[in-house]
Amino acid sequence: MLSRLKHDLTMAEAARGPGGSRVDLLEVAGMVEEGARVLDVGCGDGELLRLLETRGVDGRGIELSREGVNECVAKGLAVVQGDADTDLADYPDDAFDFVILSQTLQATRSPRVVLEHMLRIGRHAIVSFPNFGHWRIRLQLALGGHMPHTDNLPYAWYETPNIHFCSIKDFRQLCRVSGAKIEKAVALNAWGRRMRLKMPWWFWNLFGEQAVFLLSRQAG
Amino acid sequence: MAEISATLDLADRTREADQPHSPVVRFPDSKPLRLDAGIDFFPLQIAYQTYGTLNEEHTNAVLVCHALTGDQHVVNRHPVTGKSGWWETMVGPGRPIDTERYFVICPNVMGGCMGSSGPASTNAATGTPWGLDFPVTTVRDMVRAQAMLLDHLGIDSLFAVAGGSLGGMQVLQWAASYPERVFAALPIATATRHSAQNIAFHEVGRQAVMADPDWRGGRYFTEGTNPRRGLAVARMGAHITYLSDAALHRKFGRRFQDRDNPTFSFDADFQVESYLRHQGSSFVERFDANSYLYLTRAMDYFDLGADYDGVVAKAFRGTPTRFCVISFTSDWLFPTPESRAIVHALNAAGARVSFAEVTTDKGHDAFLLDEPELFTIVSGFLEGAARARGLKATRR
Repeated sequence: MLSRLKHDLTMAEAARGPGGSRVDLLEVAGMVEEGARVLDVGCGDGELLRLLETRGVDGRGIELSREGVNECVAKGLAVVQGDADTDLADYPDDAFDFVILSQTLQATRSPRVVLEHMLRIGRHAIVSFPNFGHWRIRLQLALGGHMPHTDNLPYAWYETPNIHFCSIKDFRQLCRVSGAKIEKAVALNAWGRRMRLKMPWWFWNLFGEQAVFLLSRQAG
Repeated sequence: MAEISATLDLADRTREADQPHSPVVRFPDSKPLRLDAGIDFFPLQIAYQTYGTLNEEHTNAVLVCHALTGDQHVVNRHPVTGKSGWWETMVGPGRPIDTERYFVICPNVMGGCMGSSGPASTNAATGTPWGLDFPVTTVRDMVRAQAMLLDHLGIDSLFAVAGGSLGGMQVLQWAASYPERVFAALPIATATRHSAQNIAFHEVGRQAVMADPDWRGGRYFTEGTNPRRGLAVARMGAHITYLSDAALHRKFGRRFQDRDNPTFSFDADFQVESYLRHQGSSFVERFDANSYLYLTRAMDYFDLGADYDGVVAKAFRGTPTRFCVISFTSDWLFPTPESRAIVHALNAAGARVSFAEVTTDKGHDAFLLDEPELFTIVSGFLEGAARARGLKATRR
C-alpha cells in the first residue's frame, strides 16, 4: 500500500499544491473541520495526518504496511498497524468526527463492509478513489482489449493490489445501498485539479480521474 | 567467573537486598503498602536509580520499569556483576530515552532482590531473611509501591513510563491505575494478561528451583545453602523462551563447543548447551531464587481485564495518556497478537495509540538489544509526546 502511495505521490508531483502536498489530499483535508477527531484508514506514510495536524486536528491512522506504520510512529503520529477489512470492527460507534479512506477503497476485500464501518465509527466519511469510468480507461478496455494502465493505476492486472475498482456511478450506488448520504462530491481531472464547472454526474464519470466524496449517515 | 562467585556469597546477597548500592527510600511503619493479598506491608523499602536532571516544572520524568530479572541499574555498572547496565542501548545521553533531556527513574520492583523489599530482605520481626514468609505480591502492588516512591520524590506526573515484558505489564498497570499521572506510555513486548503457555513455562522454572534440595523450603539463607542448580535450570529453560529458533540457529547452529566430534557423553558438546549453561550459572550469581518465584508469580497473576469485568478497554476508558505499543515479529513469548489485543482495547477506549511491529529474528529479548527500528520508533514517539507536553529540547 505504501509503495503504491509513494508511486501516486511521484505521479502527482507535478500537481502539487502550494504546501507541497498532494492535491487530492488537500481536497480531502479541506473537507475536515478544524479541531475534529479523525481516523485515516490506509494512511501510508502519514502525509495527510501531518497536514491535518497542522490544522489542529486530532488524527489517528491505520496502515497495513509495516514500513509505513513505523515511519508514521517515528514522526510522532498515532498510527497502528492494521487492516481496513478486519480492524475497523474493533472501533466503537461514533468514535470520530471523520473517517477517511484515501485511495484505498479499491484495495479492500469488502468495500461495502468497510464503508459501513466508516459510517458507524465516524459522523462523516471521506472517500477518495480512482474513477474506473474515466474515458481513457474505458477506451483501453473497449478498443485496446486489455486491462487499463494509467499513471494513477500503474499495475499489471496480475500484481495489482486493487481488487475492487469502481466508477463514480458505481460508488454512488454503493452509497445508496449502504445508507450513506452524499454531502459533497468533487471530481479531479488528470492533473489532479478540481473540475470547476458544475457538471452532470455522467460528465464527471467520464472525465474525472479521481473522486472525493464527503458522506454522512442517512438519518434513521 | 570464579572472581564473581567469590564476591557473592549469601551474606552479600542479603546485604544487597537490605543496603543496596543505589539510593533507597525506607518508608516508616506508619506508611504501609496495601497489597492485593489483603495485607498491609511495612516497613516498605524501595531502591532506585536516577539519571539526568529533573526540570524546574517537574515535567520531564520518565519511569523505566524493569523486566523479570532486571533491576534498577539501567545504565550504570552493575554493583554485583560489574557488567554494564541492561538498557544502555535505549537510555542515556543522545539515546531514545535521552538522559540529557529527561529525568529517568528506575526502581527495583517489590519482590526483587536488589534493594526493594523482597524475600531476600531481612524481616525486621525475626532478624532473618523473609524467605517464603514474604507476602505474594502482584504487578499492581509493584506499581503502588512505585507511586509511593514518586510521591516521596515529589513527582506528581510522569512524562512517560516505559518498559518491556514484566516492565510492560507495569506500564499498562500504571496507565490503568494512575491515568492522570502518565502522559505517555510505552508498553513493549508485553500483554494485558499472562498466557497459559507462559504460566506453564514459569511453573517449570519454579519447580526446578523447588526441586533443588538446597532450596530447603525457601529457607536456604538460614540453612547456609543456595539452590544454584535449580535456579540455573530455571534460567536455562526461560532463556530459550526469550530467543527464537532462527536466532539460536544463527548464533549456534549445530556447532560443537571446543571439539570436532561428539564425545558420546552428556558433556556440553554443542555450543548452544555451553551457552545455556553459562546463562544459568552466571544468573545464579546475581539473582535470588525466592525472588524468582515471587516475580514469576506476579507475572502469572497479571490480568488487567479481570479487575474491570473482563473488559480491558474499561481499564483505559477516557484515558488522557498517549500510548505506543511495540511488538517483535519473532517474539513467541509475548507474540504480536498480545500487543494487538492491547491496541484493540485502547482503540475501544478511544485512546491515542500507536502500534508498530518491529521485524527481527531476536525473539522476546529484542527489546533489550540493538534494534535500530525500535529506537527510531521510540525516539519519534517521545519526540511527538514532548512537543505535545511542551518540553523544551534542552540538548546541548
